[in-house]
Amino acid sequence: MKRRRVNIRMPALGGQGAVTAAHIIATAADYEGYYAVSNPFFGAEKRMAPAESYARIGLEPIYDRGEVVYPDVIMVFHPQVITMGKSYTMPFYSGIKKNGLIIINSEEDLLNEEDKEYLESLNVKIFNFSATKFAIDIAGTELSTNMAMIGALFGIMGCVGLEAIEEGIKSRFLKKFVASGGTASLDSALERKFKKKLELIEKNLNTAKAAYELARRWAQEQGIEPFLPRPQEVVSK
Amino acid sequence: MQATETILYNRAGQRVVSPDYLLFEAPRTKHFMTGSEAVKEAVKRASVDASVSYPITPQSEAAHLIGELWVEGYVGVYFRGESEFGVMSEIAGCAMAGARCITTTSGPGTLRAMENFPMWAGTRIPVQLVLMARGINSPLSIQPDNLEVSFLLDTGCMIWYAETAQDLFDMILAGFVVAEQPDVHVPLITVVDGFFVSHTREAVMLPPDDIALPPYNPYRAPMPVIDAEVPPGRFLRDPFVMKSNYISYATHASWQWEVRAAIERSRPYAKHYLRGLVEHFGDPEADLVFVACGTASAQAKEAVRLLEDEGIPARVVKLKTIRPFPIEELREAVKGAKYIFVPEFNVVGWLEREVRRYLYGHSNAEIIGAPRVAGGMTMPAEVIVKEVLKLTGKEVKHVI
Repeated sequence: MKRRRVNIRMPALGGQGAVTAAHIIATAADYEGYYAVSNPFFGAEKRMAPAESYARIGLEPIYDRGEVVYPDVIMVFHPQVITMGKSYTMPFYSGIKKNGLIIINSEEDLLNEEDKEYLESLNVKIFNFSATKFAIDIAGTELSTNMAMIGALFGIMGCVGLEAIEEGIKSRFLKKFVASGGTASLDSALERKFKKKLELIEKNLNTAKAAYELARRWAQEQGIEPFLPRPQEVVSK
Repeated sequence: MQATETILYNRAGQRVVSPDYLLFEAPRTKHFMTGSEAVKEAVKRASVDASVSYPITPQSEAAHLIGELWVEGYVGVYFRGESEFGVMSEIAGCAMAGARCITTTSGPGTLRAMENFPMWAGTRIPVQLVLMARGINSPLSIQPDNLEVSFLLDTGCMIWYAETAQDLFDMILAGFVVAEQPDVHVPLITVVDGFFVSHTREAVMLPPDDIALPPYNPYRAPMPVIDAEVPPGRFLRDPFVMKSNYISYATHASWQWEVRAAIERSRPYAKHYLRGLVEHFGDPEADLVFVACGTASAQAKEAVRLLEDEGIPARVVKLKTIRPFPIEELREAVKGAKYIFVPEFNVVGWLEREVRRYLYGHSNAEIIGAPRVAGGMTMPAEVIVKEVLKLTGKEVKHVI
């Protein structure tokens, strides 16, 4: 099956950085030469409430906007998305396309038999791994969970490399960036906590890289082909 | 004798260039940013004199980012209003005093400020309002929904509708140029769909930031500008306008016609600076046509691709301006159309009304006001395709 587009849906909880993750994913894909768009969707923001963001990566200009109703990839940022239904759609995998992929940040297997049967019928691959544990072990903070999720995504997709990921992360933390009003103050708080911005970037990069390598190996074991062909023409006109 | 060239610089030290150079000729480089950030980039290159903001929810970061430009010296005056009503009133004051002004709002904020929009038009100030459309339902909605645009259609303001961050960037710059023409000189509301454009990050091609539009010259305005000789509000205060007599009635009637005539006179300028009032996408021969603006046209473009896979030719006519309405362009574009779908992000179908009104007696096509979503819903291309198949009854391999 040849894809022209990969649509990614990221159900998460407010404060986990899914909006930032979507932006980094799209920035990295753009750097790699693909067309890419990211957008968040949230209500009045609060921590632990359901929040979703989306990224679209493709070989041709992307017009599609808004929520990804029919995703190729679903990245579950928190177990509560499944266990407590903190998702914009029920079940969380509603609309998933054939041969899709689900990445779940959990140490445990949270899917029941019915879920598995349905997903198997669509040949959807499931990658269970504890992104939060990765973040705590490598970056020393669970706030880097989103970095591990990004690494895992690109590790499995196999078409956006580490250099592009690095570019995406750097553009997030080195350039002036606004995700939402609250994020600006969060940024300054984070900076104090980490003392140095570069140190933060380094930790984030290491987290993403480690997850990338783990996921890459898993994808190879599973025989998963790259999600998209190489971008034929680079976008920069 | 050798000619000398005068190089002008604006307040921020940017080199002043012609609007044509800035919009069409200057080399551009790719940047990855949100719609709100694209607003900032446009304002940065627009020699803006004044901006007033109100930090409402829902809002985008655009107003905040214009504040950053003020800190950097790109915007002359910047302050926070007491409310949306305050913002739109205060920005009118700035404009009457001869300043090039821009502000932003959305949803309930727009309605709160409503009285000001016909006032802007009547005082002939070329203020630009970037409207990032959100819901206006009670209980409070903060999600994308463009119902509020239907309230603005007859305020006497020009209304342009951008589809992407790129459109928005170009429209803001073109907007000042068109709105400030002496024979136009009415306000402009530049609309995008909230979230779908304001919060979406995508590639935008930008000219360098050391060049900018020529500053606004208020003495080319059709109305007297407030200065040492003209006291504030002279126009509003002229004694006959609030009387009960036929001079008063005739003044008000003719002035309202004049404001609308001014919008009509913007057509040739808008055509030039927007490169046409409509954009075509898809198979030019197709008899199935989507007429849409903003995100609805983006979704329709995706639907055209899906329909193409199913062997059904289709096309999109994207309307870039709503006031003035591209009447001739639309009539020309739908010649030979059998079905006209008008997909929309609101419950009332205000664009369908407009399309019906201007095609009445000019097209035999069946006009279908669908699909229509509202309250913050997304309109997947698959839903549009489903709607088309329901009507045409063609057999297809798969939809989703």
